[in-house]
Amino acid sequence: MEALVASAVGVMTAAGIFLILRRRTFPVILGLSLLTYAVNVFLFATGRLALDAPAVLNKYKEVPYTDPLPQALVLTAIVISFGMTAVIVMIALSAYLSSKDDHIDMNAHDSVDAPGEDA
Amino acid sequence: MNHWIVAPIVLPAILAPFIIMVLRFHLDLQRIFSVAGVVALIGIALTITAQAAGGDIQVYELGNWPAPFGIVLVLDRLSAMMVLLTALLALPIVLYAIASGWDDRGKHFHALFHFQLMGVCGAFLTGDAFNLFVFFEVLLIASYGLMTHGGGAVRLKAGVQYVAYNLLGSTLFLFALGTLYAVTGTLNMADLAVRVAELPADDTALLRVGAVLLLLVFCIKAAVLPLHFWLPASYASAPMPVAALFAIMTKVGAYSILRMYTLGFGPEVEATQGLVGAWLQPAALVTLAVGAIGILGTQHIARMVAFCAITSMGTLLIAISLFTETATAAALYYVYHSTLATALMFLVADLVMERRGGAIAPTAPMPQTGLISALFFVGAIALAGMPPLSGFVGKLLVLDAARDAPDANAIWAVILIGSFVTIVGLARAGSLIFWKSHDAQHNTEMDPENEKETPPAPAPEPNPGLAFTAVCAMAIGLVLLTLFAGPTLEYTNKTAEQLFTPENYIAAVLGGDT
Repeated sequence: MEALVASAVGVMTAAGIFLILRRRTFPVILGLSLLTYAVNVFLFATGRLALDAPAVLNKYKEVPYTDPLPQALVLTAIVISFGMTAVIVMIALSAYLSSKDDHIDMNAHDSVDAPGEDA
Repeated sequence: MNHWIVAPIVLPAILAPFIIMVLRFHLDLQRIFSVAGVVALIGIALTITAQAAGGDIQVYELGNWPAPFGIVLVLDRLSAMMVLLTALLALPIVLYAIASGWDDRGKHFHALFHFQLMGVCGAFLTGDAFNLFVFFEVLLIASYGLMTHGGGAVRLKAGVQYVAYNLLGSTLFLFALGTLYAVTGTLNMADLAVRVAELPADDTALLRVGAVLLLLVFCIKAAVLPLHFWLPASYASAPMPVAALFAIMTKVGAYSILRMYTLGFGPEVEATQGLVGAWLQPAALVTLAVGAIGILGTQHIARMVAFCAITSMGTLLIAISLFTETATAAALYYVYHSTLATALMFLVADLVMERRGGAIAPTAPMPQTGLISALFFVGAIALAGMPPLSGFVGKLLVLDAARDAPDANAIWAVILIGSFVTIVGLARAGSLIFWKSHDAQHNTEMDPENEKETPPAPAPEPNPGLAFTAVCAMAIGLVLLTLFAGPTLEYTNKTAEQLFTPENYIAAVLGGDT
């Protein structure tokens, strides 16, 4: 199971890094999402992998339990990354609609053309 | 428990939703509440700084859960002075944003502004590494909104880059925290310090990976080369008052480096000994050099100020990377100076850009050119580190602290040559923008068709008096920082002393358990 989880994190990270190096916004956002999935699985595994174990202590008998803290961390991370993805989709969409161009890089015209001034 | 500690977070956290939900259609009321909120924040910051100045480290347990099980806020001298700096910086910026009408060019400026203040204050006060991540996200989410405030194709494209880069940084932050948690089983900074010290020597490979990943994250925030690429485009494309507020954001990165690598992975910890300084110092030197070259090469005043921000981060991180008490005291003084000076220059850049556009080239003269050029001159002297302003004091302190360092020659050379190149770059920009403009005017007057006197153009700000008052307040802040360098340095010396005795911090947080 360790090998499966580790390779899942590795493959998703690699695919995410490949995608964020693309030149258009859509693959970049997909890449960022893949990276956040990878980090969520990774965070989940930081509390050690345990099968069929509840995340609460049982004070009446000795039963295996899993670390509840990474699950809380993952929950926070999921919420934040979900919100962030929505934000970047909206900003990318309005950037595409206002410049008719979904390249992630600024072309030479953009940088010379007085940044900061209202279009 | 001392409830003042949580006040810098709670006040903006309540005020910002109040502004969105109740005052969303009343710009005048938004402005009144926003300014009142910032003034109250200054009051709170002064109170907690006075409380922290005694040297006691105070802990605020959120939900009354004791550390390391609950999240704690920790008030020591460093966090108090950083919160005070945030509050002091916010007041002139919010006044300027109101006077220049920037807050009217899009929606929810004041609400986002206070969310940003909440994130910054929270990042300075928290004593928990994961909570630090959460507050980083709070300040980043607010900064995404502020950066794209007012819209426009160029700003939105720069905004996409900025958001993508910072999302990548956040992912890396989570990887780093996960690694540290897997090794130590805790995320409370004080508890982390205890566990790291107890770790057997053969078992530290993963810990070092975590420490370096965390350093990378903070370097992204602090715009250290080669992770600085997000800064020039996004700062230059953001509305200038927002860029002035972002001057504190790079300092959040520097603060986090200082906090984590004096407390958790301090100079005495064997596993990470010398690791951070060895990586950070060359990077900081190159940052300073590249920033200076950027100032010289750029064709736009906003980009020039953005590169000034990079050079000041370079100088600051050189001082931090020495990890000695005197260097840290110098760095803390330099934090105050560079934040105020960078913000002042961003506001001056906005005054220039609103009147004649931002290109560093001669154009027709603009209204109020005398006053603006005087303010530019003050800001340039401060940023370049020439006497008599605080930049000189700050750089002198950094140079003095680096005197005994092993690479003293390299540090002195880079700082001094970097300062010289900065002076040349700023002088070039100033003379092209302010002096050559008069030549341009002469040329047009020679032209017989243009002989008719044109009345002086009005200032583009709705309220130029308040705008200039805000910018002058920032300049006066720099003068005061120079005049009261003695008391300030006394405070930063004590702060550095407190930072390099982490035992007190750990004892205060973990209480009777240790």
